[in-house]
Amino acid sequence: MAVLTLERKPLTFAERTYLPQIFGGLKTTFAHLVRKKQTLEYPEHRPAIPPGYRGVPTLVMDPNGREKCVSCQLCEFVCPPKAIRITPGEISPDAPNSHVEKAPQAFEIDMLRCIYCGLCQEVCPEEAIFLQNQFSMSGYTRAEMVHDKARLYELGGTLPDKHLKWDHKKAAAAHGNAH
Amino acid sequence: MIQPAKPDLVTVNIDGKEIAVPKGTNVIEAARLVGVDVPHYCYHPKLSIVGNCRMCLVEMGLPAVDPATKAPVIDPATGKQKVNWIPRPQIGCGTNASPGLHIRTTSPMVKDCREGVMEFLLINHPLDCPICDQAGECKLQEQSTGYGRGYSRFIEQKNVKPKRTALGPRVMLDDERCILCARCVRFAKEIAKDDVLGFIDRGSYSTLTCYPGKKLENNYSLNTVDICPVGALTSTDFRFKMRVWFLKQTDSIDTESSVGANTVVWSREGQIYRITPRRNDAVNDTWMADSGRVLFKQVTSLDRLTASGSIDALVARAADLLKQGSVAIVGSGRSSVEEQFLTKKLAATFGATVSLVSRVGQGDRFLVSADKNPNLRGALVTGLISALPAPKLTELAAQIDAGKIKTVVTVNEDLTAAGLTASHLAKVSVIFVGTHRVPTIAIAKVVIPSLTVFEKNGTFVNQQFRLQKFAKAVPGPVGATDDLIILAKLAGLAVTDVAAVWKLLAAEVPALGTMSYANLPDTGLLLDATPWAALPFAEGATLHYQPAAAATA
Repeated sequence: MAVLTLERKPLTFAERTYLPQIFGGLKTTFAHLVRKKQTLEYPEHRPAIPPGYRGVPTLVMDPNGREKCVSCQLCEFVCPPKAIRITPGEISPDAPNSHVEKAPQAFEIDMLRCIYCGLCQEVCPEEAIFLQNQFSMSGYTRAEMVHDKARLYELGGTLPDKHLKWDHKKAAAAHGNAH
Repeated sequence: MIQPAKPDLVTVNIDGKEIAVPKGTNVIEAARLVGVDVPHYCYHPKLSIVGNCRMCLVEMGLPAVDPATKAPVIDPATGKQKVNWIPRPQIGCGTNASPGLHIRTTSPMVKDCREGVMEFLLINHPLDCPICDQAGECKLQEQSTGYGRGYSRFIEQKNVKPKRTALGPRVMLDDERCILCARCVRFAKEIAKDDVLGFIDRGSYSTLTCYPGKKLENNYSLNTVDICPVGALTSTDFRFKMRVWFLKQTDSIDTESSVGANTVVWSREGQIYRITPRRNDAVNDTWMADSGRVLFKQVTSLDRLTASGSIDALVARAADLLKQGSVAIVGSGRSSVEEQFLTKKLAATFGATVSLVSRVGQGDRFLVSADKNPNLRGALVTGLISALPAPKLTELAAQIDAGKIKTVVTVNEDLTAAGLTASHLAKVSVIFVGTHRVPTIAIAKVVIPSLTVFEKNGTFVNQQFRLQKFAKAVPGPVGATDDLIILAKLAGLAVTDVAAVWKLLAAEVPALGTMSYANLPDTGLLLDATPWAALPFAEGATLHYQPAAAATA
């Protein structure tokens, strides 16, 4: 293959002074001073989370403060990394929610295992588990990263409920449809 | 030799497939034989037929014949004999196969019937699958998926019925879920012979209930929970404990008596949650006693024995005692066949005398026999003993008193309960191989912790001389060793698993010569009982068992 020799063009006078490049650079710098900011001052400022975001899984209460989870263990079954561990329990017949019969005795999600896939939320027949907006989860120990039931409810809070199916059931019993 | 009579076969045609079935087979069972599923709730192979759920409706027809000439009517379009279809669907469970019967299970009419029946069954069903213990093994769930309409047209308010009615100490009733199939009622009347269940009120008010002043508390009450096709009857013990889809099923044998009922042990992550019967038409049909279902609690009981040191150190200490000679071995009718065989080898190694502990109690003439040793016959088959054990260890006591015995090895038997006094035991060194803390371990020189039946593999020989295998359901606790390994080490044999013992067994025990552990059928293998026919066994008649004395009389 033949070697092609290219002659380097000599620099012009303006190029030799470097000034056009310096001013060009300064223009970009000063333009950023007045332009709208592209970044947030995290952690003081937090981004707005779009709907449908899959953050940390949480347990929620219904508007009447009833714990929605009935420990059916479908989330435990579906969880791909096996992060969820539930100990089912019975609600005592004297409790106000005795008509629900079943509630978790213990509910643990190991956040070191969780992959934020959202299958637990999708599979939940009681709409009790939601991946909400919290995206930053850290801790000093492994034990701290296993969320127990109290922590999950603290993170989850209360969400509006369209169905209130257990309240309807209680109302039907009170209505006298009982035999 | 008389040939068994050939069963009367009739040929039926199910969805175009012809099959010959024994006379008296009903349509559901005939369809099962050709792999066609006819959904049903109230039909149970071991109960009488009532036909009240209507789920097994199918179309039936018979080949057409000319009424006058009795000649087959040929359809000119196909050139085959015409089939006269009955214009209305018929129940499969209540119809026995008759020659030439044609059945259609996939026609539009059958589909409509199933959707209609499912819709009626679900009208007042609470649909509380998330809290229902039957979810995962519920016929209503399966068949609404398979044959249901898929959506509800019911906008009225559902009936509300009591959710927690205790029918007895072990059975809880949820009225809302009940579909009134009456399997439990028939079981109580026909099988348990304790006719306490029945329906009261009419229409959608119908309720399952106990006869006033009575309870469902017989020793077979939990079978009603097994046969309940929905979640209406639940076991108080298993209620809300674990969802069934997490549970691993392991085939096992009930050890409460020599009946040897076939069972399934349901466990998850090394914890057992329940025991249910496994169908074996030659032993226990589909039933088992309630008392056998709680035996798994011994696995996690607080008095379980475990050792902190290594098994080899314990065996070495035991071997030192055994070397002194004058050994007596107390074997066990609760050990597996393999363990009894190794016990025999151990006895042969040290020239020891062998005695067994007899455990005779009360039988119930159904599935609990009088002999509470599950494997007394195994000791006879392996040659560990040749006569039935005496009620107490008086012979051994006499030998100890005579100073003939220096060391006693006991395999999971409590010597004090078996008739040896403290003064007897003070004269000998005791080596105890066992699972739980019993009074004997207080005086034992060496205690070697071993495994329960749920934690090891093996076989038992039941009262019919039927060899049945059980499998390991859960791992044993840390510090406990398989009895098999303990006995092999004591006897100086290099076997570590059941398959290896079976090679020795097949070589030395003629009755088991052709068998291996792997090819033992799931329903068990009936051994030849004639060598022991003259022995006065303690059992009375139970289901599928007649004592030899009564049979010859």
